[in-house]
Amino acid sequence: MRNLALIVAGVLLAAVAAGYVLVRRGAVDPAPPRPSAPTTLSGGLWHVDERTGRVAVERGGGRTVTGVACERFAAAAGTAVCLRVENHGMPRLDAVILDRGLREVRRVPLAGPPSRARVSPGGRMAAWTVFVSGHDYASIDFSTRTSILDTRTGAYLPDLEKLNYPRELRARDLNVWGVTFAADENRFYATAATGGRTHLIEGDVARRTARPLRSNVECPSLSPDGRRIAFKKATGHVDRPWRVHVLDLRTMRETPLAEPESVDDQLAWLDDRTVAYERAGSVWSLPADGSGTPRRLIGGASSPQVLPPAEAGSPAGGG
Amino acid sequence: MMARYPGRFGGHVYIAEVGREASVRRGGRVAGNVLALGTVSLITDVSAEMVTAVLPLYLVLAVGLSPLQFGVLDGLYFGVTALVRLGGGWLADRGRRRKLVAGIGYALSALAKPALLLAGGSAAGLGAAVAADRVGKGLRSAPRDALIAASGRPESLGRAFGVHRAMDAVGAFCGPLVAFAVLWAAPGAYDAVFVVSGCVAVFGVLVFAAAVRDRREEAVRPRARASWRSDRRVWAACACAALLGLVTISDAFVYLMLQERLGLAAHWFPLLPLGTAGAFLLLAVPFGRLADRRGRVGVFLGGHLALLAVYALLAGPVSGTALLVAVLALHGVFYAATDGVLMALAGPLLAEESRAGGLAVLQTAQALGRFASSVLVGLLWTVWSREAALWAAAGGLVVAVAVSAALLTRRVTA
Repeated sequence: MRNLALIVAGVLLAAVAAGYVLVRRGAVDPAPPRPSAPTTLSGGLWHVDERTGRVAVERGGGRTVTGVACERFAAAAGTAVCLRVENHGMPRLDAVILDRGLREVRRVPLAGPPSRARVSPGGRMAAWTVFVSGHDYASIDFSTRTSILDTRTGAYLPDLEKLNYPRELRARDLNVWGVTFAADENRFYATAATGGRTHLIEGDVARRTARPLRSNVECPSLSPDGRRIAFKKATGHVDRPWRVHVLDLRTMRETPLAEPESVDDQLAWLDDRTVAYERAGSVWSLPADGSGTPRRLIGGASSPQVLPPAEAGSPAGGG
Repeated sequence: MMARYPGRFGGHVYIAEVGREASVRRGGRVAGNVLALGTVSLITDVSAEMVTAVLPLYLVLAVGLSPLQFGVLDGLYFGVTALVRLGGGWLADRGRRRKLVAGIGYALSALAKPALLLAGGSAAGLGAAVAADRVGKGLRSAPRDALIAASGRPESLGRAFGVHRAMDAVGAFCGPLVAFAVLWAAPGAYDAVFVVSGCVAVFGVLVFAAAVRDRREEAVRPRARASWRSDRRVWAACACAALLGLVTISDAFVYLMLQERLGLAAHWFPLLPLGTAGAFLLLAVPFGRLADRRGRVGVFLGGHLALLAVYALLAGPVSGTALLVAVLALHGVFYAATDGVLMALAGPLLAEESRAGGLAVLQTAQALGRFASSVLVGLLWTVWSREAALWAAAGGLVVAVAVSAALLTRRVTA
């Protein structure tokens, strides 16, 4: 009797499990949408279209979805980095470097789920941050790993924790995330955390060094003029953990921006006066001086960035 | 490989039947209750490792959570798990409710799987679900080991624990593969992995309820309450477990050091534990039998020499595939010769009616040592270097093994 009950229960549980898998299988998008237009890194508001999980560009009120699937996407000056997760069986995670025509030129495997991606203003350096887990005993323990790839020489820095840091940042629990590059294609800013504190660091790719500038700065984003950094600042509140701010690098003065909600994104500069970010599934823009109010640019989108029309290097980029 | 252990002992492992065999087949065979508990652990570990394999991807990509938010809870988890383990052992002994307490532990972990889905994007909810899973694990391990100890003859306890740990390791090995099979069938559907994992876990609880027996007949037998609390041998075993735990470099650090030495691409990192688990599942039974025949203290301490060899290899000149294979194999040998053997060593020292509590204290002592070790090794690695941390741990291990040999041979085997 007990055997029979166990067998019946086992069959029922197997049916529930198999049924759920089959239902979810049916819900998965069967085929990638065909690109609806030529796909080159031309001018417009580039982003990841949340419905299809593909890179798209918005211009003139219309959205063009490409065939390139990414979780995170960043592009500048004819180079793009796409952090991709393929989930058919054993998950495969890659950073894919794309050229101006969105063709794959290089692929680097990732150690964990993607978090941030950036390309230097001149298109030479690509950086990305992923989450890694399982490095500690007795904790859920997630940490970050940040890598920089020189797309011109192929030189690869797999782990920014291995740079030369001053003593206060030399710690086993050091975590680095959220790189943003300066115009010289070598200097960068990022967040380094140890002992529960975050620091804005300024680094040098060629010298393999970095030094702390200021505390409580996360996910820096350097303005096009190189003078300010937009970032998220930890508030200490559980329900609204981050507020977006702008830091003036000369005066080291911080200005809170006019977004009352918490933002968990690395901001993008649309121009020297405006930043953009993803919040609650939409892309918003906001004046970088603390004035104004958030304006919803597009819905169902993340990883925003504007490429100028001048970057449309080939005739196919128009439209 | 997967079906080998059940096939080897008694030819069939129809779990519903094995409970009945418990009191009958005690001679050359592994007790039915041990196979039943092994089967439950196998099923439960498949369920747990399925979730582990996709949890980071789910949290970051599907929920959109920043996992660093979890960091705050780390130390707390360790303390809570330790308290729950001690409490679980104590409760299980009172009125001999070992099966009930272990069952609650399994059920709690099973409920945690759908809770992960229901928590949605709430960091607090997700944290609570993961905590429930851990509390369940802490609650069940001591009563479960007490049941294993009660199910076998004292002279074959090493083998009994070896069989249980081998089946457990099979589950850990298969879990990620099942998760990938679900993702293959329904690409990107992490929720489907959790639902399947939940179904597997519920089946494990049902098998536990139906097949595992708590021997009650001895409860009514009048006997002197010789408590282990006044038994110096038990405290000697706890001291050795803590001391050896203190010089045991945690798995995560072993894999990190191996990764650094080999310059292994980071995406191979999650596969390293499978190497240890593979060696563990193949060797747990042979080492358990060896412990029964040649002495458990000797095998237990010998296993730590395998760990010493791991340290020496990680600090030494050997590199490449040879290093990878040798380190993972020896790491598996270490677990096969120590994990179940320690329980088999301590089981007979503890009176039946207070065994779960005693094992809980022993396991907590070991966990405490290992927790301190992970802090210390991390510190040494940061302040000095990887080699310095390894040589310090190796030196400590030699001393700890010598002290343990003196303590255990005098007090435990005498």
